[in-house]
Amino acid sequence: MKLITVNASVTASNDRDAEALRQRLRAQGKLLVNVMSSAGSGKTTLLSSIIRDLPDVKIGVMEADIASSVDAERIEALGARAIQVHTSGMCHMDAGMTAAAFDAMQAHDADLYFLENVGNLICPAEYDTGAGLNLMILSVPEGDDKPLKYPLMFQKSDVLAITKTDALPYFTFDLETCIERVKKLNPAIDVYPVSAKTGEGMAALEKRLLNALDQWKNNR
Amino acid sequence: MHEMGIVLHLAKTLDETAEQERLTRIGKVVLQVGEVSGIMTDLFTDAWEYFKGRHPVLKDSELVLETIPAVTWCDACKREYPTVQYGKECPYCHSGETWLLRGNECIIKEIEAE
Repeated sequence: MKLITVNASVTASNDRDAEALRQRLRAQGKLLVNVMSSAGSGKTTLLSSIIRDLPDVKIGVMEADIASSVDAERIEALGARAIQVHTSGMCHMDAGMTAAAFDAMQAHDADLYFLENVGNLICPAEYDTGAGLNLMILSVPEGDDKPLKYPLMFQKSDVLAITKTDALPYFTFDLETCIERVKKLNPAIDVYPVSAKTGEGMAALEKRLLNALDQWKNNR
Repeated sequence: MHEMGIVLHLAKTLDETAEQERLTRIGKVVLQVGEVSGIMTDLFTDAWEYFKGRHPVLKDSELVLETIPAVTWCDACKREYPTVQYGKECPYCHSGETWLLRGNECIIKEIEAE
Protein backbone atom coordinates (compact mmCIF):
# COMPACT_ATOMS: atom_id res chain seq x y z
CA MET A 1 0.00 0.00 0.00
CA LYS A 2 1.17 3.52 -0.68
CA LEU A 3 0.54 6.62 1.36
CA ILE A 4 -1.28 9.38 -0.50
CA THR A 5 -1.51 12.89 0.94
CA VAL A 6 -5.01 14.19 0.19
CA ASN A 7 -5.36 17.31 2.35
CA ALA A 8 -8.87 18.06 1.11
CA SER A 9 -11.99 18.98 2.99
CA VAL A 10 -14.47 16.15 3.41
CA THR A 11 -16.96 18.27 1.49
CA ALA A 12 -14.57 18.87 -1.45
CA SER A 13 -16.78 16.84 -3.80
CA ASN A 14 -19.79 18.91 -2.72
CA ASP A 15 -17.89 22.16 -3.32
CA ARG A 16 -17.12 21.05 -6.88
CA ASP A 17 -20.76 20.06 -7.52
CA ALA A 18 -21.88 23.42 -6.11
CA GLU A 19 -19.55 25.42 -8.35
CA ALA A 20 -20.72 23.45 -11.40
CA LEU A 21 -24.37 24.17 -10.62
CA ARG A 22 -23.64 27.86 -9.98
CA GLN A 23 -21.92 28.22 -13.35
CA ARG A 24 -24.81 26.46 -15.10
CA LEU A 25 -27.33 28.79 -13.44
CA ARG A 26 -25.23 31.83 -14.30
CA ALA A 27 -25.07 30.83 -17.97
CA GLN A 28 -28.87 30.51 -17.98
CA GLY A 29 -29.38 33.79 -16.11
CA LYS A 30 -31.39 32.07 -13.40
CA LEU A 31 -30.76 33.18 -9.82
CA LEU A 32 -31.07 30.54 -7.11
CA VAL A 33 -31.60 31.84 -3.58
CA ASN A 34 -30.84 29.41 -0.77
CA VAL A 35 -33.21 30.21 2.09
CA MET A 36 -31.98 29.00 5.48
CA SER A 37 -33.47 29.33 8.95
CA SER A 38 -34.69 27.32 11.90
CA ALA A 39 -38.01 25.49 11.75
CA GLY A 40 -41.01 27.77 12.18
CA SER A 41 -39.26 31.06 11.35
CA GLY A 42 -41.79 31.82 8.63
CA LYS A 43 -39.88 30.83 5.47
CA THR A 44 -42.97 29.74 3.55
CA THR A 45 -44.99 32.75 4.76
CA LEU A 46 -42.22 35.15 3.69
CA LEU A 47 -41.90 33.48 0.27
CA SER A 48 -45.69 33.62 -0.14
CA SER A 49 -45.59 37.39 0.44
CA ILE A 50 -42.72 37.83 -2.03
CA ILE A 51 -44.62 35.83 -4.68
CA ARG A 52 -47.74 37.94 -4.13
CA ASP A 53 -45.79 41.23 -4.22
CA LEU A 54 -43.83 40.39 -7.39
CA PRO A 55 -46.41 39.15 -9.92
CA ASP A 56 -44.18 40.14 -12.87
CA VAL A 57 -41.27 37.93 -11.80
CA LYS A 58 -41.37 34.26 -12.74
CA ILE A 59 -40.63 32.48 -9.47
CA GLY A 60 -39.97 28.82 -8.77
CA VAL A 61 -39.79 27.32 -5.29
CA MET A 62 -38.13 24.11 -4.15
CA GLU A 63 -39.35 23.06 -0.73
CA ALA A 64 -36.94 20.78 1.10
CA ASP A 65 -38.22 18.89 4.10
CA ILE A 66 -37.59 15.60 5.79
CA ALA A 67 -41.23 14.66 5.18
CA SER A 68 -44.68 15.95 3.98
CA SER A 69 -45.62 18.30 1.15
CA VAL A 70 -47.62 20.94 3.01
CA ASP A 71 -45.20 23.76 2.08
CA ALA A 72 -45.24 23.06 -1.66
CA GLU A 73 -49.03 22.94 -1.59
CA ARG A 74 -49.16 26.37 0.08
CA ILE A 75 -46.88 27.88 -2.57
CA GLU A 76 -48.74 26.27 -5.48
CA ALA A 77 -52.00 27.67 -4.17
CA LEU A 78 -50.55 31.12 -4.99
CA GLY A 79 -50.00 30.14 -8.60
CA ALA A 80 -46.20 29.88 -8.38
CA ARG A 81 -44.29 26.86 -9.55
CA ALA A 82 -43.30 24.61 -6.67
CA ILE A 83 -41.87 21.20 -6.07
CA GLN A 84 -41.37 19.32 -2.84
CA VAL A 85 -38.00 17.73 -2.15
CA HIS A 86 -37.70 15.01 0.47
CA THR A 87 -34.25 14.70 1.98
CA SER A 88 -34.89 11.17 3.35
CA GLY A 89 -33.82 12.06 6.85
CA MET A 90 -30.90 14.30 5.91
CA CYS A 91 -30.67 17.54 7.87
CA HIS A 92 -29.59 19.72 4.94
CA MET A 93 -29.58 20.06 1.16
CA ASP A 94 -26.26 19.51 -0.61
CA ALA A 95 -25.29 20.58 -4.13
CA GLY A 96 -26.09 17.22 -5.73
CA MET A 97 -29.59 17.17 -4.26
CA THR A 98 -30.12 20.82 -5.26
CA ALA A 99 -29.04 20.12 -8.85
CA ALA A 100 -31.46 17.18 -9.01
CA ALA A 101 -34.27 19.37 -7.65
CA PHE A 102 -33.43 22.13 -10.12
CA ASP A 103 -33.50 19.62 -13.01
CA ALA A 104 -36.91 18.44 -11.85
CA MET A 105 -38.08 22.08 -12.01
CA GLN A 106 -36.76 22.72 -15.50
CA ALA A 107 -40.16 22.00 -17.00
CA HIS A 108 -41.22 25.26 -15.32
CA ASP A 109 -39.37 28.20 -16.75
CA ALA A 110 -38.63 30.78 -14.06
CA ASP A 111 -36.02 33.49 -13.44
CA LEU A 112 -35.87 33.54 -9.68
CA TYR A 113 -35.68 30.26 -7.80
CA PHE A 114 -35.91 29.81 -4.06
CA LEU A 115 -34.59 26.73 -2.34
CA GLU A 116 -36.29 26.43 1.02
CA ASN A 117 -33.61 24.48 2.87
CA VAL A 118 -34.36 22.16 5.79
CA GLY A 119 -35.31 24.13 8.92
CA ASN A 120 -32.06 23.99 10.87
CA LEU A 121 -29.48 26.64 11.78
CA ILE A 122 -26.47 24.32 11.82
CA CYS A 123 -25.97 21.83 8.97
CA PRO A 124 -27.29 23.82 5.97
CA ALA A 125 -24.59 26.45 6.65
CA GLU A 126 -21.88 23.85 6.10
CA TYR A 127 -22.96 22.76 2.61
CA ASP A 128 -22.66 24.98 -0.44
CA THR A 129 -25.82 24.31 -2.47
CA GLY A 130 -24.64 26.12 -5.59
CA ALA A 131 -26.97 29.06 -4.95
CA GLY A 132 -26.07 32.58 -6.10
CA LEU A 133 -27.41 34.19 -2.94
CA ASN A 134 -27.77 32.91 0.63
CA LEU A 135 -30.77 34.36 2.43
CA MET A 136 -31.12 33.70 6.13
CA ILE A 137 -34.28 34.24 8.11
CA LEU A 138 -34.32 34.91 11.85
CA SER A 139 -37.71 35.45 13.43
CA VAL A 140 -38.29 37.69 16.44
CA PRO A 141 -39.63 34.90 18.73
CA GLU A 142 -36.36 32.97 18.31
CA GLY A 143 -34.45 35.65 20.23
CA ASP A 144 -31.67 38.15 19.54
CA ASP A 145 -29.01 35.77 20.92
CA LYS A 146 -29.03 33.47 17.89
CA PRO A 147 -25.97 35.13 16.24
CA LEU A 148 -23.99 34.17 19.37
CA LYS A 149 -25.17 30.56 19.25
CA TYR A 150 -25.04 29.81 15.52
CA PRO A 151 -22.30 32.10 14.13
CA LEU A 152 -21.54 30.08 10.98
CA MET A 153 -25.03 30.52 9.53
CA PHE A 154 -24.75 34.31 9.87
CA GLN A 155 -21.25 34.29 8.38
CA LYS A 156 -22.35 32.29 5.30
CA SER A 157 -25.38 34.45 4.50
CA ASP A 158 -25.46 37.45 2.13
CA VAL A 159 -28.84 38.73 3.31
CA LEU A 160 -30.62 38.41 6.66
CA ALA A 161 -34.36 38.97 6.96
CA ILE A 162 -35.47 39.46 10.56
CA THR A 163 -39.10 38.35 10.32
CA LYS A 164 -42.22 38.72 12.47
CA THR A 165 -41.28 42.27 13.51
CA ASP A 166 -45.00 42.83 14.21
CA ALA A 167 -44.39 40.64 17.30
CA LEU A 168 -41.58 42.87 18.65
CA PRO A 169 -43.80 44.47 21.38
CA TYR A 170 -44.43 41.03 22.90
CA PHE A 171 -40.86 39.71 23.03
CA THR A 172 -37.64 40.90 24.67
CA PHE A 173 -35.90 41.07 21.30
CA ASP A 174 -33.51 44.02 20.93
CA LEU A 175 -33.34 44.72 17.22
CA GLU A 176 -30.34 47.06 17.49
CA THR A 177 -28.30 44.64 19.61
CA CYS A 178 -29.17 41.78 17.29
CA ILE A 179 -28.03 43.65 14.16
CA GLU A 180 -24.84 44.71 15.97
CA ARG A 181 -24.07 41.06 16.80
CA VAL A 182 -24.76 39.97 13.23
CA LYS A 183 -22.57 42.71 11.72
CA LYS A 184 -19.74 41.75 14.05
CA LEU A 185 -19.82 38.22 12.60
CA ASN A 186 -20.32 39.34 9.01
CA PRO A 187 -19.77 43.04 8.20
CA ALA A 188 -20.89 42.53 4.56
CA ILE A 189 -24.35 41.11 5.35
CA ASP A 190 -27.47 43.18 4.47
CA VAL A 191 -30.10 43.09 7.21
CA TYR A 192 -33.83 43.71 6.58
CA PRO A 193 -36.33 43.74 9.46
CA VAL A 194 -39.68 42.72 7.94
CA SER A 195 -43.20 41.63 8.77
CA ALA A 196 -44.87 39.50 6.12
CA LYS A 197 -48.09 39.96 8.06
CA THR A 198 -48.26 43.79 7.95
CA GLY A 199 -46.01 44.19 4.90
CA GLU A 200 -43.62 46.48 6.79
CA GLY A 201 -40.08 46.41 5.36
CA MET A 202 -40.98 43.95 2.60
CA ALA A 203 -40.41 46.43 -0.26
CA ALA A 204 -36.76 46.97 0.72
CA LEU A 205 -36.07 43.23 0.93
CA GLU A 206 -37.76 42.62 -2.42
CA LYS A 207 -35.75 45.41 -4.01
CA ARG A 208 -32.56 43.76 -2.76
CA LEU A 209 -33.63 40.45 -4.33
CA LEU A 210 -34.54 42.09 -7.65
CA ASN A 211 -31.18 43.91 -7.71
CA ALA A 212 -29.42 40.60 -7.12
CA LEU A 213 -31.38 39.05 -10.01
CA ASP A 214 -30.48 41.96 -12.34
CA GLN A 215 -26.83 41.73 -11.38
CA TRP A 216 -26.82 37.97 -11.87
CA LYS A 217 -28.31 38.33 -15.36
CA ASN A 218 -25.95 41.13 -16.35
CA ASN A 219 -22.88 39.14 -15.33
CA ARG A 220 -23.85 36.20 -17.50
CA MET B 1 -28.15 12.82 11.14
CA HIS B 2 -25.43 15.41 10.84
CA GLU B 3 -22.65 12.80 10.99
CA MET B 4 -24.44 10.67 8.39
CA GLY B 5 -24.34 13.54 5.92
CA ILE B 6 -20.64 14.15 6.46
CA VAL B 7 -19.82 10.45 6.04
CA LEU B 8 -21.80 10.39 2.78
CA HIS B 9 -19.66 13.25 1.45
CA LEU B 10 -16.48 11.66 2.77
CA ALA B 11 -17.26 8.40 0.94
CA LYS B 12 -18.08 10.30 -2.26
CA THR B 13 -14.86 12.34 -2.11
CA LEU B 14 -12.85 9.13 -1.50
CA ASP B 15 -14.56 7.38 -4.43
CA GLU B 16 -13.52 10.30 -6.64
CA THR B 17 -9.94 10.20 -5.32
CA ALA B 18 -9.79 6.46 -6.00
CA GLU B 19 -10.95 7.00 -9.56
CA GLN B 20 -8.43 9.79 -10.20
CA GLU B 21 -5.51 7.89 -8.69
CA ARG B 22 -6.66 4.53 -10.13
CA LEU B 23 -6.90 2.89 -6.72
CA THR B 24 -8.73 -0.37 -6.12
CA ARG B 25 -8.53 -0.54 -2.35
CA ILE B 26 -8.20 2.08 0.38
CA GLY B 27 -6.80 0.49 3.56
CA LYS B 28 -6.67 3.47 5.87
CA VAL B 29 -8.19 6.95 5.96
CA VAL B 30 -6.75 9.61 8.28
CA LEU B 31 -9.23 12.35 9.03
CA GLN B 32 -8.48 15.56 10.93
CA VAL B 33 -11.48 16.73 12.90
CA GLY B 34 -11.63 20.15 14.55
CA GLU B 35 -12.44 20.30 18.24
CA VAL B 36 -15.43 22.58 17.61
CA SER B 37 -16.53 21.13 14.26
CA GLY B 38 -19.65 19.74 15.91
CA ILE B 39 -18.79 16.18 14.92
CA MET B 40 -19.51 13.49 17.50
CA THR B 41 -16.78 10.92 16.89
CA ASP B 42 -18.82 7.92 18.17
CA LEU B 43 -21.72 8.66 15.84
CA PHE B 44 -19.30 9.41 13.04
CA THR B 45 -17.52 6.06 13.40
CA ASP B 46 -20.88 4.23 13.50
CA ALA B 47 -22.02 5.95 10.31
CA TRP B 48 -18.66 5.17 8.68
CA GLU B 49 -18.94 1.45 9.54
CA TYR B 50 -22.38 1.42 7.95
CA PHE B 51 -21.52 3.29 4.76
CA LYS B 52 -18.12 1.82 3.95
CA GLY B 53 -19.78 -1.55 3.18
CA ARG B 54 -21.62 0.16 0.33
CA HIS B 55 -18.45 1.37 -1.36
CA PRO B 56 -16.30 -1.46 -2.81
CA VAL B 57 -13.09 0.61 -2.56
CA LEU B 58 -13.69 1.29 1.13
CA LYS B 59 -15.02 -1.98 2.43
CA ASP B 60 -11.86 -2.93 4.40
CA SER B 61 -10.80 0.62 5.33
CA GLU B 62 -9.82 1.64 8.80
CA LEU B 63 -10.80 5.16 9.88
CA VAL B 64 -8.31 7.10 12.01
CA LEU B 65 -9.51 10.35 13.57
CA GLU B 66 -7.06 13.05 14.67
CA THR B 67 -8.25 16.05 16.66
CA ILE B 68 -7.30 19.61 15.72
CA PRO B 69 -7.40 21.76 18.89
CA ALA B 70 -9.60 24.85 18.54
CA VAL B 71 -7.73 28.17 18.79
CA THR B 72 -9.25 31.65 18.83
CA TRP B 73 -7.50 34.90 17.86
CA CYS B 74 -8.17 38.09 19.78
CA ASP B 75 -8.15 41.09 17.47
CA ALA B 76 -7.94 43.55 20.38
CA CYS B 77 -4.80 42.28 22.14
CA LYS B 78 -3.43 40.20 19.22
CA ARG B 79 -3.10 36.98 21.16
CA GLU B 80 -4.29 33.40 20.72
CA TYR B 81 -6.15 31.33 23.31
CA PRO B 82 -7.81 27.89 23.54
CA THR B 83 -11.43 28.19 22.34
CA VAL B 84 -13.03 25.35 24.28
CA GLN B 85 -11.79 26.67 27.62
CA TYR B 86 -12.63 30.35 27.16
CA GLY B 87 -15.21 30.63 24.37
CA LYS B 88 -15.88 33.91 22.56
CA GLU B 89 -14.43 36.27 25.20
CA CYS B 90 -10.66 36.78 25.32
CA PRO B 91 -9.26 35.60 28.70
CA TYR B 92 -6.49 38.26 28.59
CA CYS B 93 -8.32 41.49 27.74
CA HIS B 94 -12.00 40.36 27.86
CA SER B 95 -12.65 41.68 24.36
CA GLY B 96 -15.34 40.05 22.23
CA GLU B 97 -13.51 40.96 19.00
CA THR B 98 -12.32 37.40 18.55
CA TRP B 99 -12.21 34.98 15.63
CA LEU B 100 -11.83 31.23 15.40
CA LEU B 101 -8.45 30.48 13.81
CA ARG B 102 -8.79 26.72 13.59
CA GLY B 103 -10.85 23.89 15.04
CA ASN B 104 -13.85 23.89 12.70
CA GLU B 105 -12.40 21.69 9.99
CA CYS B 106 -12.98 18.18 8.76
CA ILE B 107 -10.08 17.33 6.47
CA ILE B 108 -8.99 14.12 4.77
CA LYS B 109 -5.28 14.25 5.61
CA GLU B 110 -4.01 11.11 3.93
CA ILE B 111 -4.99 7.65 2.80
CA GLU B 112 -3.18 4.35 2.47
CA ALA B 113 -4.20 2.65 -0.72
CA GLU B 114 -3.26 0.40 -3.61
